[in-house]
Parts: sequence; C-alpha cells; structure tokens
Amino acid sequence: MSRALGQRSRLRWSDVGRLGVVGLVARPTRAVLSALGIAIGIAAMIAVVGISTSSQAQLRGQLDALGTNLLVVSAGKSFFGEQTELPVSAAASTRRLADVEGASATAELQDLGAYRSEAVPKTRKGGLTVQTADADLLDVLDARLALGSWFTAGTAAYPVVVLGSDAAEVLGVTEPGRHVVVGDTVHVVAGILDRVVLAPEIDASVLVGEAEGAALTGAPVHPTSVYVRATEDEVSQVRDLVPRTVSPASPSDVDVTRPSDALSAKQAADQAFTGLLLGLGSVALLVGGIGVANTMVISVLERRREIGLRRALGAARRHVRRQFLVEALLLSLLGGVGGVVLGLGVTAVFAAVNGWPLSVPPVVLVGGIVATLAIGALAGAWPAVRAARIPPTVALQG
Amino acid sequence: MSTTDAVVELRDVTRTYGHPPTTALDGVSLTVRRGEMLAVVGPSGSGKSTMLNVLGTLDRPTSGTVHIDGVDVASCDDDELSALRAHRIGFVFQQFHLAEGRTTVDNVADGLLYSGVPLRERRERAVEALQRVGLDHRLRHVPNQLSGGERQRVAIARAVVHRPPLLLADEPTGNLDTRSGRSVVELLHELHADGTSIVVITHDNELALQLPRRVMIRDGRLAGDSDTTDERLVVTAGGAA
Repeated sequence: MSRALGQRSRLRWSDVGRLGVVGLVARPTRAVLSALGIAIGIAAMIAVVGISTSSQAQLRGQLDALGTNLLVVSAGKSFFGEQTELPVSAAASTRRLADVEGASATAELQDLGAYRSEAVPKTRKGGLTVQTADADLLDVLDARLALGSWFTAGTAAYPVVVLGSDAAEVLGVTEPGRHVVVGDTVHVVAGILDRVVLAPEIDASVLVGEAEGAALTGAPVHPTSVYVRATEDEVSQVRDLVPRTVSPASPSDVDVTRPSDALSAKQAADQAFTGLLLGLGSVALLVGGIGVANTMVISVLERRREIGLRRALGAARRHVRRQFLVEALLLSLLGGVGGVVLGLGVTAVFAAVNGWPLSVPPVVLVGGIVATLAIGALAGAWPAVRAARIPPTVALQG
Repeated sequence: MSTTDAVVELRDVTRTYGHPPTTALDGVSLTVRRGEMLAVVGPSGSGKSTMLNVLGTLDRPTSGTVHIDGVDVASCDDDELSALRAHRIGFVFQQFHLAEGRTTVDNVADGLLYSGVPLRERRERAVEALQRVGLDHRLRHVPNQLSGGERQRVAIARAVVHRPPLLLADEPTGNLDTRSGRSVVELLHELHADGTSIVVITHDNELALQLPRRVMIRDGRLAGDSDTTDERLVVTAGGAA
C-alpha cells in the first residue's frame, strides 16, 4: 500500500560549514567574546611553552658558544671535615694530562681587600675578592676584555690589576689607567673583563699577576680554583683523572665541577615553574571551553523556532546536531587561532626584550589548535544533542 | 479509496497528549485528492494545529494511519520523515519564519537546503520561485525591507521552491491586512491552478469560503465537509460571510 521513499534528506558538508559560519556571524559580539575565553587559554599555554623553549634555545646557543668542556677544580673538605688546599703545582700537573687543552689557576688572597682609594676604610671590601691569575686564564675561560689589556710577562710582577665586570662597577672604574688600592698599595688598572658566564666568581674579582700576588702576601699562594679545558669528547675521563693527578695522596679531597651542568640545572628548576604556569593555562582553557558550552546552550534555547523551521524544511535530527556541533567547533577554532597568534605575539615580544631567539615548537601550535577542536567538540556535543531533540512542532507554535 | 490519486490519507487518526490523556484529534478520517485545494476550519482549541502537525509529519498519531503522497508515515524513521518533508511537503506559517538579515533569494533557497542541491542551483531555482510569486524585483532585499504581504510571498516561494506535491499553510493571512491577505489567497489559487495540492488551516470562515472545499473540525472531530454536501457547514460558513 505504501510506496518506498526514493529520496533522502541530505545536507551537503559545504552547507554545514556555511550554516556554522552564518550562525556565528549572526551574533558576532557573542561569538568573539566566547572565543576570547579559549583564545586566552591557548595564548597562555603557547606563551608559557614558547618563552620556556625560547630561553632554552638561548641557553643551548650560549652553551654551544661557551662549550661544555670546562671543568673547575677546587679544594674540598678532608675526611675529617677540614678545609684542604690544592698543591701549588695543581695547574701545571693538570696541563700534563692527555686530552687537556689548557689549565689555569686562580688563588684567592683572603686577607686583602680592594678599594676605590686610600680614603676608604679597610673593612669595606664591597664583596670583592682579590685573586691571582696566571697568563692562561683568559684563554681557558674563553673570557674577553671589554677594555684595556691582559697581563703581559712584564706587568704580571708589577702593581697592575685586571678587573672583573662587577668589580669595575663597584670600584667605579670605567676605563683602564685608573688607580685602585689593593691591600695598602696603589695599583693601575690594565683592563676590564666582560662578564664570564661559566665562572661568575671572576666577575667580582680584582685580578693580580701571580708574582705580584706573592709580593703582596710574602709567600707563594695555594690555588683556590683550577680551570681546565678538556677535549670536548673526553670531558668525563678528564674529570675522573684530575683528582688523582692534582693530589695523588688524597684525591678525595679534590672537588671537580662542570659549570655548564649548573646552568642546565638552573634551567631544569625553571621547568618546574613552567609546569605551574602550564597548569594555570589549562585552567583558563577549561574555563574557555565552559564559556563555549554556555554560549551554545543559550543559542540552542534561543533558536528553538529556527530549529523547528529547519525540521519543517526537511532537516533530519543529525543535520541539526551537525549544524550546532560545527558551530561550536568553529567558535573554538576561532578562539584557537586567535590564541595561537596572541601566544606567538607575546612570546616574540618577550624573546625580543630578553634578546632570545624566538623558538616555539610547531607541534605546540598544532597541539593548541587540536586541543581547541577537542574542546569545541566536547563543549558542543551536549547542546547539539539537545538541539536535535527539539520537536519539529515548535515551528508551528504561536 | 485509491491511494494513487490521494496526496493525503488519514484514517481513524487519534492523537492524545499527556497524563491524564487529553484528546486533540479523535478518530479523524480525511482524504485529500491530488491537485485538490481545501480549508480545514475550526475555532482555536478545535485540534486544527494538531491536524496540521500530523499532515506535515511533524507529529505522529497515537493511533490510526497517515499516508502522505502514498508513504505510510508509521513505517518511517526520523530520517525518512525528514526526507518526506524535504521533498514532498511545503510549509507556510502565520509568522513567516524568515531569517532576518538574509536576502530574499537566500531565504527561498533554504527550501532546497535539505535536498542536497548545490548552492548555485538552489539560488537559480529560488529566483524562479520568486518570479512565480511575483517578487523577482525584491531578490536582494532583506525581510525587514519588505511589507507583510511580501514576506508571506517569500515564505510561499520557499515552500514551493522544491515543487512539493503538498503545500500546507497555517493561517497564511493571519498576520496580514485585508488587501495583502487577498493577494496571498490569489497566489495560493494560482499555485493550485498549476497543480499543487494545498491544505489551508484557518479559523477564518471568510478565508475558508474562498476555497473550493472546506472541512470543519470541532473538539478533535470532523464536524462537516463541504465535499459530502454537509449543509450545516455551508450554513455556518455562509452565515459568517
């Protein structure tokens, strides 16, 4: 009696997309505001990750430039807890090791202070240390002079100093040729160093030649630190060999550290902070997702008539469901793209201000977009199902 | 009662709502022949809205059978009923239900949205339909630039753009002044002359009298049919006019 229905209700995918766009464009302010929630969440996460990766890229670049093959040898505590001393010959014996490219010793002259002038009381040392340096120090640390010159064979035995960058600032020295007081003697400033990233203790030091140091204290001084440059691939072996070489009698009294490890460790500590910020970002994203869900629920309530009309025009439930789901997805995508742009912008500004290279892994950007789509699907699913459940008879009511 | 020339066939249709059940339609049987034009007349609360919902497959009867263009509604799932509406039924509403901010052409083209017709062809056919209702000079206007009568014409164009065998109109002149209302009725007569079966649901006896056949509904039951020469309906309608 009844004949089979040959036709189907069919909505083209291009039309589904068009419906979603039309639905959003019809209420632009609402669309922008609810997309903003998602955008802020995504922007926060991208900026946090971007700033972290940019600073890592900066560190990597720095370590590449500085090298990770610098070791610092210092005197440790003995088995009985007493402070030990490095032998005077520590640098010389280390230099004889295979795979050591260079070694240089510094010795702190603990009783001496450095002062701007003779009028400054001797107790006000200003946090500076006076150290002896040998001729190789500049090469081994790969340090650079900002101004002036390093010790020569001639000046090393005379009252001449080279200042670390902080020391120059504290002593108010802006150019070579000025005078400072070390101990009780006036010294001439020969040069001022740039910042030494791998050995920051040098920055706060007033350096004198070894012979001058001996003259100031009246006795040969034991080195405090020996800086060692090893062949890049053999750093670990050298690190193991150094204590026995420096102090064959009690190698356990010798400490060896690798400053580049400390920089990396500092970076790792920053990572924990990044995790916290990332958590905050995901909370923002969650709130944004709830905003989208809320917008969609309200939209469905307001558009019961439109839904009824569409049903009367032949829309199947799945078509109504699709329309609202696509609208939610587009809304989230709008927020996601906006957030990625915003996040990249914030990262770029932050990196530029800090002089870092801009480095955001593409996977983070793609992940951000994918995350917003997932949020859109989650936030839109329930409103879409509700919309599809609205009976078609509402189109004819009142 | 042959089904081949019936575009609508209701048999013993009953529709009840809620608990305790209230009966909106009570054992209604009605046949609308292909190409026929009729009015379903009744006061508010008589069950005519339910009748329209059932005729338009927007609602299913509690008992009884409904055939639309030969298709048994009871055998259809949501998808198939939607297809039936998309291809074989056109709706005209009292409140027009046009999308604000979208042009006349786009509003009419939406009548083909769920038939899977590509956008370009939808628009071409929308222009044709607008020519049919005499609005081809208003293609780029949006609804609030149109008069009430023009808006209803746009809605009618949307209802017939897919050339359905059955057009259902719910109080099509209810929101219009007399003159606009008259022109809309004229348009329905023209569409009827072109072969469309038209069912107009109204409480307005004057409107009903302008149509070839009138079916009276009261308290959910058929109270008269001008086709079966029921004198009461003719008298009632004549008295109102």
